[in-house]
Amino acid sequence: MFKWLEKNLPKIVMAPAVGLIGWFVYGFVLWTLYISFTNSKILPKYELWGFGQYEKLWASRKWLISVDNLLVFTALFLIFCIVIGIILAIFLDQKIRAEGVLRTIYLYPMALSFIVTGTAWKWILNPTLGIQKMFVDWGFENFTFDWLVNREMAIYTIVIAGVWQSAGFVMALFLAGLRSVEDEIVKAAKIDGAGLFTVYWRILLPMMRPVFFTSFVILVHISIKSYDLIVALTQGGPGISTTMPALFMTQAAFHKSQVGLSAASAMMMFMAVAAVIIPYLYSELRRENAR
Amino acid sequence: MQDNIKSSYQQLEQKSKYTNVFLRWFLYFVLILFASYFIFPLYVMVVTSLKTMEEIRQGTLLSWPSGLNFESWAVAWGGRGYGAGDTFLRPYFWNSIKMVVPAVFFSTFIGAMTGYVLTKWRFKGDSWVFLFLLFGCFIPFQAILLPMARTLGVLGISNSIIGLVLVHTVYGIPFTTLFFRNYYVSVPTELVKAARIDGAGFFKIFFKILLPISAPIIVVTVIWQFTQIWNDFLFGSTFSFGEAAPIQVALNNMVLSSTSVKEYNVDMASAIIAGVPTLIVYVLAGKYFIRGLTSGAVKG
Repeated sequence: MFKWLEKNLPKIVMAPAVGLIGWFVYGFVLWTLYISFTNSKILPKYELWGFGQYEKLWASRKWLISVDNLLVFTALFLIFCIVIGIILAIFLDQKIRAEGVLRTIYLYPMALSFIVTGTAWKWILNPTLGIQKMFVDWGFENFTFDWLVNREMAIYTIVIAGVWQSAGFVMALFLAGLRSVEDEIVKAAKIDGAGLFTVYWRILLPMMRPVFFTSFVILVHISIKSYDLIVALTQGGPGISTTMPALFMTQAAFHKSQVGLSAASAMMMFMAVAAVIIPYLYSELRRENAR
Repeated sequence: MQDNIKSSYQQLEQKSKYTNVFLRWFLYFVLILFASYFIFPLYVMVVTSLKTMEEIRQGTLLSWPSGLNFESWAVAWGGRGYGAGDTFLRPYFWNSIKMVVPAVFFSTFIGAMTGYVLTKWRFKGDSWVFLFLLFGCFIPFQAILLPMARTLGVLGISNSIIGLVLVHTVYGIPFTTLFFRNYYVSVPTELVKAARIDGAGFFKIFFKILLPISAPIIVVTVIWQFTQIWNDFLFGSTFSFGEAAPIQVALNNMVLSSTSVKEYNVDMASAIIAGVPTLIVYVLAGKYFIRGLTSGAVKG
């Protein structure tokens, strides 16, 4: 008995983690998947109902709007975060004075919650007393900036706040990547007469392919899950113009008693994340095994 | 001739010096421009929180407050003292502390043990177990909200701090395991083997050999978990309401409540109070914070 215990001690110690994750992650996802095939309303029902919830989901105008918003948001969020992140990383890499201070400034939003930053941006972007008033007081009397309450433009305020929060993170990833390149490579290129621009464009940035890949995965992941920022900034409004899937899901589940429908929307999100993450994990593991 | 070449070379050098100086200025200009974009909201938050509503209506976002007026801070933290409907952050701040401390402790401990087994007591299929755990880092939590809400109800801990501790511990395990596993992988296994030959057991090896050298990764993990859990809104808002709510939920409720005239100065003071703990950690231990971010991301 004691021998058995001693031999299996490592596995016993590991059991809580495996058990908890098995139950609370995999078990729960399977449960949600099952419920998405039932006609559950306020309470879960367990008779199967086929793909009805998915049909309902894709016929729902609100869901289509939220998917559309997600695509727009993800595209802009990705582009701006990566472009700003790369620019900042390259510029900071030029033996800049006060690099530490600048880096700290670029990255501090990552330490704040989306609720905190959403609250701040909501105040800054509000049309009566915010940025608009600032410009009007400066003498630009016809200046209007009402994106926050404008159906067409409100989604872009979420992009502004989201990029502000996450661009520094991309900067940190790229800076770490650039710093890990050996000096010799850059020196050799410079001796061959390559200018600074060529060095970055032709040599260093192509070497950053894994960093691009990582940033892409992380940012897409953040944007699919984005929930807090929308709640704090627009609550999905004006109307439903800034709804996104995560918001759709929680509203259907906890406010509208559409448990089955919300499970279906959660599974759509799950599949979207899996489509991005599984290739990523696969390639990471391959890289690790190759080492 | 010789002189000619020399002087034109000097000219060229002079010229490139000028372009270099210009480039440097341009560099600093862009960097500072972005720095002001990043610092702008924080500046506005602080300045606004120190103004009276009268000043806010008259001035602009950027205008300086007339003095150091901490009244809205006091209101945000302790309320006005008129009883019902008077929401303020103090109790929720403590809720968050009571939630964060045990959740960080348990998830870090479990992660350390699991990472230790996965690297130093390897067994057949251990990399599959790691992958199994790692995937938990990525699931969109929407896919587990419904069953979690029911489970907390069945266990009788919905809308309680204990419930939130459970939720945050469980969903922190994939990250903490990842951190410790990647750290212990680089510790030479020979050390462990030698200790085993000397008759040291499972726990002795952990506490005598690995734990003493784990300080950096413990700091990284604790900071990561602290930031994640303190800043969480999805779990907090789904599994708690009223008195058991953590601070982010309370902040959101405070800002959204439209009972009276909007008081932006109190809103901003509240937002700062809710953000200050993680901000302090970031400023004091930025190095470890960034390490957590990049390794939490890059490696998985």
